[in-house]
Amino acid sequence: MIVSDLVRDLVHLFGSLAILFLQSVYWTVQGIRTGRLGMKNLMDQMSRIGVDSFPMVAITGFSTGAVLVVQIGYQFAQLGAQRYVGGVVSMAMARELAPILTGIVVAGRIGSSIAAELGTMKITEQIDALETMATNPVDELVVPRFWGCTIMLVVLTIFTNVIGMIGGSIVAVNQIGLTLTTFVESILQNLKIQDLMGGLFKAMIFGGLIGIIGCYKGFTTEGGAEGVGKSTTGAVVLAIMFILAVNYFLTVGINNFNTAYLS
Amino acid sequence: MIIISNLNKRFGSKEVLRGINLKIYDGESLVILGPSGCGKSVLLKHIIGLLKPDEGQVLIDGEDITQFDQKRLDALRMRMGMLFQSAALFDSLTVEENIAFGLRKHTTLSDLAIHHIVSEKLEMVGLPGANHLMPSELSGGMRKRVGLARAIAMEPEIILYDEPTTGLDPIMTCAIDELHLSLKERLGVTSIVVTHDLNSAYRIGDRLALHYGGRIVAIGTKEEIIHSPDPLVQQFIRGEAKGPMTLL
Repeated sequence: MIVSDLVRDLVHLFGSLAILFLQSVYWTVQGIRTGRLGMKNLMDQMSRIGVDSFPMVAITGFSTGAVLVVQIGYQFAQLGAQRYVGGVVSMAMARELAPILTGIVVAGRIGSSIAAELGTMKITEQIDALETMATNPVDELVVPRFWGCTIMLVVLTIFTNVIGMIGGSIVAVNQIGLTLTTFVESILQNLKIQDLMGGLFKAMIFGGLIGIIGCYKGFTTEGGAEGVGKSTTGAVVLAIMFILAVNYFLTVGINNFNTAYLS
Repeated sequence: MIIISNLNKRFGSKEVLRGINLKIYDGESLVILGPSGCGKSVLLKHIIGLLKPDEGQVLIDGEDITQFDQKRLDALRMRMGMLFQSAALFDSLTVEENIAFGLRKHTTLSDLAIHHIVSEKLEMVGLPGANHLMPSELSGGMRKRVGLARAIAMEPEIILYDEPTTGLDPIMTCAIDELHLSLKERLGVTSIVVTHDLNSAYRIGDRLALHYGGRIVAIGTKEEIIHSPDPLVQQFIRGEAKGPMTLL
């Protein structure tokens, strides 16, 4: 009984998220076709997502790059392989850590705020008010948040990569005893464009997931302040779980693609 | 004309509407009275298509809107305005942006023309110069008046009012009632008002209906309602706690 309820709930969740995603795509296409895509609304969301998340993303990126170099640097030094430190760290950042960590930070910072904002709009009848003014809530509210998250997660992941490498290089030079040139050359020799692109592709998917899940949780908010609180935490937990689960499949898919077409 | 026929709605095990039948004539002002939680707002949401009934029809100008697709529903909503119980102002927009929302979305009017319309509507609801305030800076009564300005911004043919005077002082209540009457006189607006305020109901209603237990239990002019022998009606208009009408 409990298992069947769980399966039913999961099917309902996946179905609802898929429908909201398809509606977002539909309204995006409609907006482009009719020339009424809310660019101002989209720019507002992008600037909010970027500005709000940047400090945390910067700290996370810097700290991760620095810690990775500490961990890898001493081990590689014992093996006399210091010149590979930059390459290994940059590959780990570009392929996995930057998109995952940026995704988790943005899920916590932005996914929650989207769910809280739309949840409050739901319980105060603002979403009903939109509909009475012949305005589709998906078009007005979901489309700019979905694309804002998708685009800005890619941008923020690029920042995480860059800031991570800055943090790594500072530690490599000051603690591991590498020269900056050795560290940078190691990155340039080992890091391939497909490593970067694969990571950014993941970031794009994670961004879309965060936007759709935040909006879904907001739209399905019930009750008062307690309901908004539940939606907010629910959006963060669900987005992080999705990011971690989807990451595995994306990694396998990207590796297979690279092996088949780029090696 | 709006005809509501055998409207039924259930939320889980709770039957909120149980065979509602109502006719609202063009240009008429119908006031729906009833105790809190009896489903008056649910009825309004059916009339504007925000909720779909389990059974029954809502006919507007002869067409059943419960069967409308989104496009036709949106076209109908352009002819309607609704003032929500909580005003439902968009928190992130200024008063002017709230009132101008429909005009910006659905008309090609210039920014200046829209600004003039917004200022005129604000003047009508007694809030001149409030254009640049945020909803968080407004009192409950002011929010409601901005909500009303937004509802009338597109000059709709049908306006639905969900407790328009709750939270307003008696003077402002009277001013809103006068605005209601002038809209009716000037534009021939059809209005459906849900309220608990009997004084206001008597002032603005051409007919009054009492909604209780998911049904319309009485309907008539002010005089007919006041002199109704129905014990439910008498209990409600006298505001007595004891009687056939139980507290929900």
